[in-house]
Amino acid sequence: MALLDILVYPDERLKKISQPVKEFSDNLKQFILNLEETFRSFPGCVGIAAPQVGRFERVVLVDISHKPQHENHGFLILVNPKISSSAGSNVGREGCLSVPDYTGKVERSVSITLEALNEKGEKKVFQMKGYEARAVQHEIDHLDGKLFLDRLVSRRNALSKRIELST
Amino acid sequence: MENWLMLTLVGKDRAGIVAKISQALFDLNGNLGETSMTRLGGNFTIMLMVCVPEKKSVVQKKLQTICDELELFFHLDEIEGELHQHIEPDVRISIHGADQAGIVARATGSLAEAGLNILNLESDVGGHPDSPVYVMHIEGVAGMGLVNLEKALQKFSRENDVVARMAPIDTMVG
Repeated sequence: MALLDILVYPDERLKKISQPVKEFSDNLKQFILNLEETFRSFPGCVGIAAPQVGRFERVVLVDISHKPQHENHGFLILVNPKISSSAGSNVGREGCLSVPDYTGKVERSVSITLEALNEKGEKKVFQMKGYEARAVQHEIDHLDGKLFLDRLVSRRNALSKRIELST
Repeated sequence: MENWLMLTLVGKDRAGIVAKISQALFDLNGNLGETSMTRLGGNFTIMLMVCVPEKKSVVQKKLQTICDELELFFHLDEIEGELHQHIEPDVRISIHGADQAGIVARATGSLAEAGLNILNLESDVGGHPDSPVYVMHIEGVAGMGLVNLEKALQKFSRENDVVARMAPIDTMVG
């Protein structure tokens, strides 16, 4: 296994749109292992997307199980993830490995239905809400070349115009 | 060594204040750091960090000309930059109710006693001019824990007849 370098904004490559995974090869398995090792090397981090390490394929890892106060599905390897439905919205604070020393408020869907393949190419469907749903939306944004900076809610008026919820 | 200044500026709001001030600082090869620029009542206010190769007196002279023209008051202080040292808040508190003298002092006093370090406070006066409403949002670090803070906030709310709520901030890093 190996630790991979994280791309840091304003690296233009973070704006690239990642391509769907077509082949579930040994190379992909090894990459996922390396991505997980890289992810685990950042305590407190709840997700990582392949393009953050310069591989522009639609793979993300999410694991919020170290925050048991939030409902979760454990460690998730999500290949070609797609949000098929979403409901509600709230504002929560986000940060990103690719944007050091900055956090901001972002509006996200409260609950989502997520379809994805696992590392073996098997189809999975998840119903998620709150913090875990936020993490997945944040990571899928990376696959589409978006950062949480693209979705920031204005600092001053965000609170007075809507109820801000902790996710 | 970097030469950081804090510019504090206030004056009657009008279009173009930010553009003219920031252009003047750019003309001095200034590099802006973190800033807060907002309208408070009919006034426009600026607090900004600027790193300049020039002496404070040179910046003072340049800004004086523009501020005289725009009828703005300003002040410059030499400061340490200390960028890239953000502290993450872990709690958010919202308070609102009928406007009353001393509400900010009482609220922040109670919260400070309960260990709150305020990182950001924004307040507005809304409602009808005859019965103004005060709205305050605070983000900070609960140095003595959230339970202590919640107790202090509830007590403050009861004693001052305002609505107060708090929520933990659990920053999602992905």
